[in-house]
Amino acid sequence: MRYYDKLIFELSRPGRSAFSLPRPEKDIPACGNIWRESALDLPEVSEPDVVRHYTNLSQMNFGVDTGFYPLGSCTMKYNPKINEEIVSMFGGLHPLQPASTTQGVRDIYSFMDKALAEITGMKHFTFLPCAGAHGELTGLMLIREYHMSRGDSARTKIIVPDSAHGTNPASAAVCGLDVVVVKSRPDGLVDIEALKPLLGPDIAGIMLTNPNTLGLFEKDIKQIAELVHGCGGLLYYDGANMNPLMGVVRPGDMGFDVMHLNLHKTFSTPHGGGGPGSGPVGVCERLVPFLEKPRVSGFHGNFGVILRACAYILSLGRENVKLAGRLSTLAANYIKESLKDCFKLPIESVCKHEFVFDGLLEPNGVTTLDVAKRLLDYGFHAPTIYFPLLFHEALMIEPTETESLQTLDAFIEVMHKIAAEAAGDPELLKSAPHDTPISRPDETTAARQPILKYSKV
Amino acid sequence: MGTFAYFPHTEEDIRVMLERIGAPSLDALYSDVPEEFIRKEEYDLPSAMTEDQVRAWFESMAARNTRLKVFAGAGAYDHYTPSVIPYITSRSEFLTAYTPYQCEISQGTLRYIFEWQTMICALTGLDVANASMYDGPTAAAEAMRMCVASTRKRNTVVASSGLLPNVLEVLRTYAHYSGINLVETWDVAEAVAEGTLDLAGVIVPSINRYGLIESHLGLSDLVHGMGGLLVEYCDPSALAVVKTPAEWGADIAVGDGQTLGIPLCYGGPYVGFMACRTDLMRKLPGRIVGQTHDAQGRRAFVLTLQAREQHIRREKATSNICSNESLMALWCTVYLSLMGPEGMRRLNALCYEGSHYLKEELLATGLFSDPFPDREFLKEFVLTPRCDVPKLQQALLDAGIFGALATEEGYVSFCVTERRTREEIDNLVKVIMEAGL
Amino acid sequence: MSRIIEGLLYSKSHEWVKVEDGLAVIGVSDFAQSEMGDITYVDLPSEGDEIQAGEEFGALESVKASSDLYSPVSGTVEAVNEELESAPELVNQDAYAAWIIKVRMSDASELESLLDAAAYAKIAE
Repeated sequence: MRYYDKLIFELSRPGRSAFSLPRPEKDIPACGNIWRESALDLPEVSEPDVVRHYTNLSQMNFGVDTGFYPLGSCTMKYNPKINEEIVSMFGGLHPLQPASTTQGVRDIYSFMDKALAEITGMKHFTFLPCAGAHGELTGLMLIREYHMSRGDSARTKIIVPDSAHGTNPASAAVCGLDVVVVKSRPDGLVDIEALKPLLGPDIAGIMLTNPNTLGLFEKDIKQIAELVHGCGGLLYYDGANMNPLMGVVRPGDMGFDVMHLNLHKTFSTPHGGGGPGSGPVGVCERLVPFLEKPRVSGFHGNFGVILRACAYILSLGRENVKLAGRLSTLAANYIKESLKDCFKLPIESVCKHEFVFDGLLEPNGVTTLDVAKRLLDYGFHAPTIYFPLLFHEALMIEPTETESLQTLDAFIEVMHKIAAEAAGDPELLKSAPHDTPISRPDETTAARQPILKYSKV
Repeated sequence: MGTFAYFPHTEEDIRVMLERIGAPSLDALYSDVPEEFIRKEEYDLPSAMTEDQVRAWFESMAARNTRLKVFAGAGAYDHYTPSVIPYITSRSEFLTAYTPYQCEISQGTLRYIFEWQTMICALTGLDVANASMYDGPTAAAEAMRMCVASTRKRNTVVASSGLLPNVLEVLRTYAHYSGINLVETWDVAEAVAEGTLDLAGVIVPSINRYGLIESHLGLSDLVHGMGGLLVEYCDPSALAVVKTPAEWGADIAVGDGQTLGIPLCYGGPYVGFMACRTDLMRKLPGRIVGQTHDAQGRRAFVLTLQAREQHIRREKATSNICSNESLMALWCTVYLSLMGPEGMRRLNALCYEGSHYLKEELLATGLFSDPFPDREFLKEFVLTPRCDVPKLQQALLDAGIFGALATEEGYVSFCVTERRTREEIDNLVKVIMEAGL
Repeated sequence: MSRIIEGLLYSKSHEWVKVEDGLAVIGVSDFAQSEMGDITYVDLPSEGDEIQAGEEFGALESVKASSDLYSPVSGTVEAVNEELESAPELVNQDAYAAWIIKVRMSDASELESLLDAAAYAKIAE
């Protein structure tokens, strides 16, 4: 990667343009006080300027197509290209077109509803949520609707494990629920004895991701489900970690009542630098009547993303769906077993699609941040770092099923090399990365004196 | 195994890996899952398709939709997409990256978000913008929550009934579950002036659901006098010519970036935007990119002000939003770079010209009257029909035209963007004249 | 090892209190600032705000963390240290000089439940 230091505004020269429009016969006769008075400060550039600028920017970026991207809890699997190709077939449809003109679209939605229900063991899905956190919020709204419909208005608390994704408690708060935290045991699983006293007539439900953020399967899920249902609460499944279960285990069969899926994780749609995603929410039979109630986005959800996920399911088919989860689990365990000789594995257990190290076995002053930054020099994206919060030096690795053994071995070799560097030359790691377009930025200054937009010098 | 394009594992690879792990089989890796939950039945899904079969499947689906000439808006507008944009946004370095957590290898994403923030500030006139939101309606809902969070112990938000129907619906949803008192009214100024509300904020459209450009003269003083914040919901494309939220004295601006060259695509993905005054910066939800420098003093960009976010503040975060619509923000950023100030002015002039021409022609048919003859509009307008509306809509549909959307109040609405030619407009009028209405 | 000053009172949530001219002057301990790292922002209340003992009155932010400030006493905010708005690093430089708010107490007996330096030293480790 090469450092390129331009912003589009710096290429601007008055009088240049890159638009292709006919000339209007006259300008808007702007009378009255409803028209813009200030000048519009947008760049004035030519089309080649624009193409070259953004091409240069793209070359300072690392994506799944560039290299291995073991970002824990993000499921950075390969994004198939046929999925991109088919989207353009649907570009011109207006979202409010009459049903008689969108039969094909509606068939796609109903195919997806059926396919996702089959994969998850849920009854039906809503496709309105645009992302995972948006799905969580929608699912919690459905839980509240269910309780309210039964006159059960005292259920205002939601239980969230201390290992949960940060979005869980945040979504609960937006949904007007009070968060009650349940602790994890030393083995990383939900502490059932700590859970029991929390259960009562004020509990709306529990949010779980299974496997949890340590990549460990909550073995006691059956008992947890019985306990929570027993007190009148519902079980929410955070589908961020669904990938290892795809084709193996269905959340509906484990007793979950509501769940979301991240189509941009488990169903291979591209992450796009942080979106657009899609977070369809599925429910069990008794929640179906409420499914259409919460209107959480403008039209029909992110249809373009749903199309890509649909293409993925068709390509995968019933033959390969059984392998996706198993192969992601295989890859994670392979890395874990290959690296535990130099990274601290706090919980010795078979993992699912991901696992967490707690820093180097012999850190010699080197932190998880240093390891992550050094990995960039070797051409790998870093794992998720400092999450979950259960460990000080958390390093969360998720390889996915689309990486070859050679890639995994190359990563393992580099991680061993970094461990050796930590012992021999810790400074090299503390000042890493050395071979990227920029070195470590001054984040303190960025937050103390925020510069959030370009101003002409 | 080894026969599916996305899985690189050969039988031998799997054997080597299992051996390293010390597991006898793939299924042994699920020994921690209670046996009863391991699915034994075949999944009821179609058999795996080849690429050609997938393509054909979607072609058959696409064939059962009808592409119409769009003369409708209501929150989704048929503007043209410069060919450069999909070319740039499909570059895999942009497409297949995630949120720029590792800034040293994400300067591309971080720079275009910084450019997007700058352009949203230029359009709205406000000081600070975030990295984008899901869509316009959810951005409005986040603005509503921001009003409540920024004005201590105040819980009422007044929303204009002139907001788009889908914006109001999403506001109602969020207000209901967040416990916010949402008051909807056509006369926002009157509701605020009564002074009986614990007013946190007011949300008004820059251009309302009938396409009329609103005047908010004096509104910000009124709202601020009652201790609330003023939010404007805007069409960013129109902001090139209509008075900006900053010029009206608004504190927060939100809206949908779809009008900045994003295809209709049956309603998504689009992109929400949000901008505010500097003093509200730390209450702004979502990601924000800031400029700083690296160890060598080079200009560098990072995600900043993260202490507001859910991965740090959990249930106390300003919002649960974690992802944004980054790639769509890139889409709009490239669009605005191509259009520039002159392109945006010309585009709006074309919309204005076409929509005013259509309105005159429709009134001349005698089948409609003008409910708002003294009000200005840009591309979308409503008429009072003097004919059978379902019959009118069907006649248009039969001619491959989508228009004359019925509103809740009994009007029909039309929209003309720069893509609609004089011939297409004349044809629409001809279809109506010949429909025997 | 963080500094703890004799003569101040401390809360379990790491605020310090000093009574001066009948006002409770409140800041955060050196331990709290060192745990936060480089402080990038101090979220301050407004003068005249009513605050309750044990309730949040503001927050400290660093690049990767955020920590709420809890009032050790109840009363009315008489003054806020506006210097911290533009210079949050003052809290890192000397946590005991960088007072955050001054409160006119409504119940001075609340001071009795706070910790002295020796008792606070046991929890700030």
